Amino acid sequence: MSETHAIRLRINGEEVSRRVSPRQSLADFLRDDLGLTGTHLGCEHGVCGACTVRVDGGIMRSCLLLAVQLEGAEVETIEGLSESGAIADLQAAFHERNALQCGFCTAGMLITAAALLETNGAPSRAEIRDYLSGNYCRCTGYHAIVDAVEAAARSRRQRQDR
Amino acid sequence: MRARTLDEALNALAAHGSAAKVLAGGQSLVPALAMRLSEPALLIDINGLAAMQAIEWSGTHLRLGALVRHAELETSPLVRKHAPLLAMAAPHIAHPAIRNRGTLGGSLAFADPAAELPAVAVALDATIVLMGRGGTRRVGAREFFRGLYETSLRSDEIIAAVEIPPMQPESRVAFLELVRRRGDYAMAELAATARITDGRIEAATLVYFGVGTAPVLAREGAQALLDGLPAARLRAAQAALDRDLDPPADQHGDAAVKRHLARVLLQRAVTALGMQSR
Repeated sequence: MSETHAIRLRINGEEVSRRVSPRQSLADFLRDDLGLTGTHLGCEHGVCGACTVRVDGGIMRSCLLLAVQLEGAEVETIEGLSESGAIADLQAAFHERNALQCGFCTAGMLITAAALLETNGAPSRAEIRDYLSGNYCRCTGYHAIVDAVEAAARSRRQRQDR
Repeated sequence: MRARTLDEALNALAAHGSAAKVLAGGQSLVPALAMRLSEPALLIDINGLAAMQAIEWSGTHLRLGALVRHAELETSPLVRKHAPLLAMAAPHIAHPAIRNRGTLGGSLAFADPAAELPAVAVALDATIVLMGRGGTRRVGAREFFRGLYETSLRSDEIIAAVEIPPMQPESRVAFLELVRRRGDYAMAELAATARITDGRIEAATLVYFGVGTAPVLAREGAQALLDGLPAARLRAAQAALDRDLDPPADQHGDAAVKRHLARVLLQRAVTALGMQSR
């Protein structure tokens, strides 16, 4: 069980080289080996969405990927998206609308909402709920999260119009 | 292991037999590993096999590589044009983050009774291309699905591609499911195709899923849509579904609930297909 494999990938724009056990998930690799604990692990079988990250541009469950599969991949976590300022407006909207309470689901919610707004700049409330249906929140009842995403989309459109 | 060629993957599969599992998108397999429902000694990762990622129109059929992701089925112009039922079904598969990774071949090989893609493959009379060290086998989707999580895929074979026959100009399709929340396992689902000429239905295919151990081709219900007086067809077809379906009870309800939901779906499908009052 001590067998390990070398992998090289980019995480939040930085080159990373490590040896990993073939059984280690990307989520555990990010949290335990790299200390990127913004990615949360809820269910560990792909249902709750807390561990959502971006891989080569698309959102994926980091608990359903093995780290060893990510040779050459480009991974972005909530840490990278926060530091770049790419989702600062969404984060501010979540704050203003009380769209987080305990914060456990928030990283996954933000990454998923950001992906929605890239493909659909003016989502309806129903479309927001559909898109976020794979991300569980046990505090807010979702209403405030939908409010925040809707508000962020609206202010992005207003900025574009100006 | 990370397979660099299909031959490498097939050789490993032959050498390790049932101790090995093929890892495609992993959206069903990795949860099974996490829950210790499956404990293979070896995973054969086929994600690097570029030849299995293509979507091509050959002139006679649409060929989809087994590694085509669900998200690509939603957006591919070729899929929209030649297999619109597949494009309609794809957004109902789980959630965006799952659809970015899950694959067509993986979904067919896993054969979950509530999964969308096996039912669509049956409805479209697709051919599943299986490759093993001994050569290639082509199996019709209607023979491929045998039962609960059971297919005619042999332990030394890999699904390489799916071939879908061309869409006829007079064909119409409908995809409907009854689900409590987007992306959940549905209570009952229906993939339907119909050929309509001069306002008259000349053929219909109804494939129910989530109401049996595998996709169910409702032959009697489909036949009843063609026969008899137009005004009586829908009710006759709904009644005929009782002979087509033998739904097991599940967490969504007992057999009577499932039968009721199947009748509701048929009515909605007939409306969607534009067959009503004809």
